[in-house]
Amino acid sequence: MAKHFGRGMAAISYPTGMNLGGDPTGALVYATSSGEFKVTLSSVDLGQGLRTVARQIAAETLGVPLETVNIQTGDTDTGPHCHGSFASRGTHRMGNAVIAAAKEARDVMLSIAADMLEVDAEDLETDGEGRIHVAGAPDKSVSVTDVCLNGHFGIGKTISGRGMYLKEFNTPDPETGAMDPDDGHAHACCVAEIEVDDETGIVDVKKFYSTYEVGRAINPALVDQQIIGGAWMGMSYALFETTSPYNPTPDHAPADFTEYLMPHAAEVPEMENIVIERPNPTGPYGVKGVGEMVSNAQSPAIANAIYDAIGVRITSLPITPEKILDALDAKA
Amino acid sequence: MTVKTIAVTVNNVERHVTVKADTTLLDVMRDELGLTGVRAGCRRGGCGSCSVMIDGALSFSCLTPAMRADGRTVETIEGVAASPSDLHPIQRAFIKHGSSQCGFCSSGMVMSAKALLDRTPKPTRDDVVEAISGNTCRCTGYASIVDAILEAADELSA
Amino acid sequence: MYRKKHVEFPENTPQSFHAVGEPVTRVGIEGNVTGGLKLTEDYAFNGLTHLTMVRSPHHHAKIVSMDLSGAEATPGFIRALTAKDVPNNIITPMQLIGIGPKDERIIAQDVVRYKGEGLAAIIAETPEAAAEAASKVKVEYEELPAVFDVEEALKDDAPIITLHGKNYFPYEDHHCRRIRFGDVEQGFAEADVIVEQRYDTGPVEHVPMEVTGTICEPTADGRFNVYTNTQGLFFILALSSYVCDIPPHKLRFLGGVTGGGFGGKVDGVTEYLAILGAHLTGRPVKYFYSRQEEMQISSTRAGWRFYIKDGVKNDGRIVARKLVGYANCGAYNRLVNYGVTKGAAHVPGPYTIPNVYADMHCVYTNRQPASAMRGFGVTMMDFAIESQMDIIAEKIGVDPWRLRLINAYKDGDMKAHRKEAEGTALIEVIQETAAAIGYDLPEDLKALKSYA
Repeated sequence: MAKHFGRGMAAISYPTGMNLGGDPTGALVYATSSGEFKVTLSSVDLGQGLRTVARQIAAETLGVPLETVNIQTGDTDTGPHCHGSFASRGTHRMGNAVIAAAKEARDVMLSIAADMLEVDAEDLETDGEGRIHVAGAPDKSVSVTDVCLNGHFGIGKTISGRGMYLKEFNTPDPETGAMDPDDGHAHACCVAEIEVDDETGIVDVKKFYSTYEVGRAINPALVDQQIIGGAWMGMSYALFETTSPYNPTPDHAPADFTEYLMPHAAEVPEMENIVIERPNPTGPYGVKGVGEMVSNAQSPAIANAIYDAIGVRITSLPITPEKILDALDAKA
Repeated sequence: MTVKTIAVTVNNVERHVTVKADTTLLDVMRDELGLTGVRAGCRRGGCGSCSVMIDGALSFSCLTPAMRADGRTVETIEGVAASPSDLHPIQRAFIKHGSSQCGFCSSGMVMSAKALLDRTPKPTRDDVVEAISGNTCRCTGYASIVDAILEAADELSA
Repeated sequence: MYRKKHVEFPENTPQSFHAVGEPVTRVGIEGNVTGGLKLTEDYAFNGLTHLTMVRSPHHHAKIVSMDLSGAEATPGFIRALTAKDVPNNIITPMQLIGIGPKDERIIAQDVVRYKGEGLAAIIAETPEAAAEAASKVKVEYEELPAVFDVEEALKDDAPIITLHGKNYFPYEDHHCRRIRFGDVEQGFAEADVIVEQRYDTGPVEHVPMEVTGTICEPTADGRFNVYTNTQGLFFILALSSYVCDIPPHKLRFLGGVTGGGFGGKVDGVTEYLAILGAHLTGRPVKYFYSRQEEMQISSTRAGWRFYIKDGVKNDGRIVARKLVGYANCGAYNRLVNYGVTKGAAHVPGPYTIPNVYADMHCVYTNRQPASAMRGFGVTMMDFAIESQMDIIAEKIGVDPWRLRLINAYKDGDMKAHRKEAEGTALIEVIQETAAAIGYDLPEDLKALKSYA
């Protein structure tokens, strides 16, 4: 009986956006009389933080403070079309739609400000703190709130914008599979360090080292949370989870959390993560989708580490202790 | 079926609710008292999302007959913060560490953390891991939850 | 928090932002930690009714007869929905963008195709009454041969289990999604070493902490408020309109904040039946899966099987890959046909291989349906492809880091699905990870770049 250390790697890429396109997303942006901006969507926040990045993208494009932007989503009576939150498409599609809508609203805002300041709109810049300045003349400025007030009560003009992003549907060639399925790829490389107990067959993941290339992280904290939570899910897929213990036979399917195995806090390895950015030309501020790819590199990295540790190659998931022990027996 | 009106003090307010023998405390909290922060994740005691404290002891409300709460005090997630602008240190630490993504498990996680810190003001990392071992999270990978609870413990015991 | 590292790329021009790139606090998190977060099941409705399904105990069977009288006599029973109550009882979700054939019954009609398939929806005053009434529905079945394995299901003598008469999803005139790039046989002839291996992945659940469900409330003006935790509001609205034959302008979907999804909340099943139930009873109807149904009935990530044959030169260059893949979509394909096409675009993985041949199958079996899940069509391929890379590395005696770096795709390379690569960064993530673990790559590998 002994514990064996092993190290394995895997490198991956992952496409951004619904395969083959055909999935529009819209956004509407408008200002209230008090200088608040509302972004209306029908996209879904599943915990990935869609509302948070929508708010950041809108504030950035409008040039206004983050806290003056509020996101409304989840009512098809008021929100424009969104195909949904899946396929690492949310931030990419929604973000592009929000940028388009916010640009249109910003142009109206600046045109009203230009009239108030008696300058050309092209000469104006926003400071992101709630004021609009004349470039080169910092004392000549007007607040966003006053511009919105004037838009409503002075001249009766809506400060609003519309945005839609569509990657057009693309049909694969039936003979060759030629197709244009994505809007760029994110990348990752993961190293897993593990220990295998040759008596119990239990694999203990000690550490993940990962590097992710994500285009641009709109919100580094949320990207970090995806990476850490995703690594846990990837490890779970590799070593624990199945709805079908005797796959493909459906019998003995787990019914609840006491039967469906997943690792818990005690099994979470140490992680060292690096993020690099190669902005995506089609992405809002360079975004690539990261929500899904964060769970992909762990299972092969772990399988390769097991081989490194004990010289057995497990080619089916999940890699249960039984499979490890059977493989060790077969090797002996 | 037996029907009974129970008196239970929920988040410091006495409530009278008529329940059947098979009514769970979870259903009383959610359906009778509107405390929907008490989440129904599995109704089988497997995920901890429905956790509340009964007379200070952590309990799965989905497995607790409501009649057992008669004459007792129940604290739910809605009772943890002093006010919306004065959150409990555990809640503030969860926000700071990004320990909640979809949010569903957070009610139970915060209750488990509070139950731990009420009796063990200076827990070790292993204590925290054990304290949340009955709570399932599918988003975070747990590490940030453990970090937040340890930081809240430091603040509370300082 | 991760370490951000600057790596030079052509697109990395300096830019300044005030909101983008900041680790601002998640919108809504205060509600998450105080119990204030409102999810679908947290809204209260007057006169709410509860829907429970009568489910098949068999993997594959003819429905000989169904007797609802016991259910109807149960106190609290309101109404049953059966196949004849569903106006368009055959769909496939991707019909919205013209993909077919339609293959899925919303309520089983004549035949059940997996254990747990619903034959009747019972709507009652309470969840307990619905469960009791459902237990009193008497169904007579005639069991049919069932098939669970993907390759068994494609054999000539396998029982045909679908409505369209084939146990595979047809891609135009083919039984699979094809990739044909270069000349794979020529590539194998030029190779020094051939590496062949089979890989299998098991099905897994999404396990959203909030189970999938819908509450539909009819409104006084003849519309329907559909409270749902779906991941795609307009996606499922459009499908619901079709299934229920209710014009889309009469449907108002409300949601947008969901307790986890991971791809599992785009099936539409709970929406269709809650809407139909509300339409036919005039009452608000709640259809939420139990946790057991979420585990055993709701769709899973598909189990897959791959056979990979690679031709490799002694220096490590992969010159040919033939890959035959099978996704087990269960009784109804839902979105798996799409995941298979997505997988087809990933056959070489992040590597440039000049000769690629792939047949990717979406196969029907008598299993719980599969559908999309985080990493759809790719996660399981990465397990196979990246395990394969290490097997190749050992077989030809090349360092696994070198093997990956010399085969890594770069800007301008042609992928097997004939799209030119751009924005690539595989080389750089490998180089950075090597540095992170203290592995000093040889100079020729350190000098590689993804762009010219």
